[in-house]
Amino acid sequence: MASAGTQKSANALARTTSVDEGRQIFLRGCSSCHGINAEGGDIAPSLIGVGAASVDFQVGTGRMPLADMSQQAARKRPLYNPEQVAALAAYVASLAPGPEIPNQVVASYERDGNTAQGGELFRTNCAMCHNFSGQGGALSQGKYAPSLMGSTPAQIYEAMITGPQSMPVFGDKVISPADKLSIIKWIKAAQNEPNLGGASLGRIGPVTEGLLVWTLGLGLLIGIAVWLATKAR
Amino acid sequence: MSKEIERLSDPGLPDHVHRKADVDPRAAKKAERQVAILFSLSVIGTLLFVGSYLWIPATTFLFLPAMGSTNAQQLFLGLGLTLATLFIGLGAIHWAKTLMPDNEVIAERHEFRSEEKDRQDFVDTVKTQAAAAGLGRRPLIKRTLGIALGLVSASPLLLLRDLGPLPKKSLEQTSWEKGTRLVTDPGNLPIKASDLEVGAVAQVLPELKSNQERTLNNLAKDAVLLIRIRPEEFELSPERLSWTHEGIIAFSKICTHMGCAVALYEQQTKHLLCPCHQSKFDVPRAAKVIFGPAARPLPQLAITVDSDGYLIAQKPFSEPVGPSFWERSS
Repeated sequence: MASAGTQKSANALARTTSVDEGRQIFLRGCSSCHGINAEGGDIAPSLIGVGAASVDFQVGTGRMPLADMSQQAARKRPLYNPEQVAALAAYVASLAPGPEIPNQVVASYERDGNTAQGGELFRTNCAMCHNFSGQGGALSQGKYAPSLMGSTPAQIYEAMITGPQSMPVFGDKVISPADKLSIIKWIKAAQNEPNLGGASLGRIGPVTEGLLVWTLGLGLLIGIAVWLATKAR
Repeated sequence: MSKEIERLSDPGLPDHVHRKADVDPRAAKKAERQVAILFSLSVIGTLLFVGSYLWIPATTFLFLPAMGSTNAQQLFLGLGLTLATLFIGLGAIHWAKTLMPDNEVIAERHEFRSEEKDRQDFVDTVKTQAAAAGLGRRPLIKRTLGIALGLVSASPLLLLRDLGPLPKKSLEQTSWEKGTRLVTDPGNLPIKASDLEVGAVAQVLPELKSNQERTLNNLAKDAVLLIRIRPEEFELSPERLSWTHEGIIAFSKICTHMGCAVALYEQQTKHLLCPCHQSKFDVPRAAKVIFGPAARPLPQLAITVDSDGYLIAQKPFSEPVGPSFWERSS
C-alpha cells in the first residue's frame, strides 16, 4: 500500500514538473499566436480543451509551430524532441480535459485490428480525401489531404479523434475504438505493400500512368520516327 | 510595264549520294557487325527473360531508388522482354538503313477514272437486267418486297426493349421513409445525436427492414452524410432549419451533377467537395452550390430523434437525389 502511494505521488510530482516545463516551452514557442494562456488570438485558435492528443499530433508531426501562414500546415521535421512534446501536451491537457494521447490504445492494433474490416471502413470514411491507397489527395484552394504513408499508429488515431485542420472528427461512437484499430492496421498494411509490378508511380491510379505514357512513351516513339526517316550516310 | 517572268526550269531530282556502306566494303562490314550486335542484344534480353522466370524466386524484393521495394522477378521479366523486342526492331531498322538497297524508285500515278467503254458497259448491263427483271411492270412484287425489306430491317429495334426494365418511379424514390433510423456505414449501428461532436461527420444509410437487403441500386441512392456544426452557424430557412437536429444536418451523398459520392468535407470552411468535377457545396447554407458544374444543392434529408434518442428521418427526401434525368419533375 505504502509503495503504491509513493508511486502515485511520484507520478503526480512528475506530472507537475512536466506541466511546468510544458508551460515554459509554450510561453516561448506558442504563446505569440495562441495567447499567453492558450486562449487563442486573431490568427490562432484557443487550445483550451483540445487535449494532449491534439498537441501530440500537431507538434509531433512538425505541423506546429507553423512554418508560414500558407493554406495548410505541412508535415515537417518536428522542432521539439519527444520529451518536450510530452511536456507541452501535459501543459495543454492541464488547462481543460480533452482527448488523451492514445499510445496505450494503439499498442494492440496488430492483435486487435482486422485488416479487411479496416479496408472497408477506410474506403467509406477516409478514401474520398486520402485516396484509396492512403496516398493523399487535393482539396480546394491549395488545401490537401496528406499522404498517410509516413504516419504512425498513434498519429492516425489522434487525427481521427481530434480532426486536425480540414479533417472532420470521427468520434468513438461513429467509428468505435476497435474499428479505429482496424483502420490503423489496414493503413500499416498499405504502407508495407511492395510494388509488385515495377514502379508504382505514386499509386494514385491511371492518371499518372497515362501521363507518363503520353509524354515519355510518345516522346520516345516520335524520336524513333525521326530516326527512321533520316537518311543514312 | 509587266515584266516578263523568266520560266523556272525543272530542277529535277538531286543526285543520288551513295552511302558509305555502298562504296566502302569496310564500312559495309562494320554496319553488318553493328546489326549483328543489335540482334545479339535482343538474344541477351530473351535470356534475361527466361533466366529470371526460371531462377529468380517470385518472392524476392529489391529496394531501388525512386521505385521503392520492387518484385525482382517481375522487374527482370519486363526488362528482358523490352530489350528482346526493342533490339530486334533497332537491328532491323539499322539493317534497312545502312545495307538494304536505297536507290530511288519512281512509280508513275495512274488515272483513277475507268475507261469510257467500261463505264458505258456497266450502265448498259444494269439497264438491261433491270428491264429483264420487270420491276416496273410488276408493282405488286415491288411493293411487297419493299414492305418485307423495311420490316426486317426495323425489327432489331424491338430488341432495344431488352436493355433493361423501365426505371418507372425508381429514380425518384429512395429507401428513406418517415421514421427510418440512420445507421452507420459500414456497421449498421443506430446513431444518437450525442454520438456526433461538433466538427464530426458520419456516413449513414437507412436501417434495413427485416425483409430488405442492401443492393447496389439502393446504395447508389440512399447514401447520406451527417455533419454536425454549431447550430448558430446555420443560414437556413425556418423550414430547412426544422429539418436539422441540434446542429446535425443530413445531405444526400450523391452529387447532383454526375452522381459521384460527395464526401470530402472540409471541417474549417464547412464546404463539401465532389472529387469528380470539383463542385463545392456550402453546408451551413443548405449545401448551396458555390463552385463547379452541379446544377442544384444536395437534397437535404429531414431528421429528428425518436423516443429512444436515435436519429431518424422525418420523411422521405422531398426531391429526387442524384443527377438530372429526362423525366425529372423538380
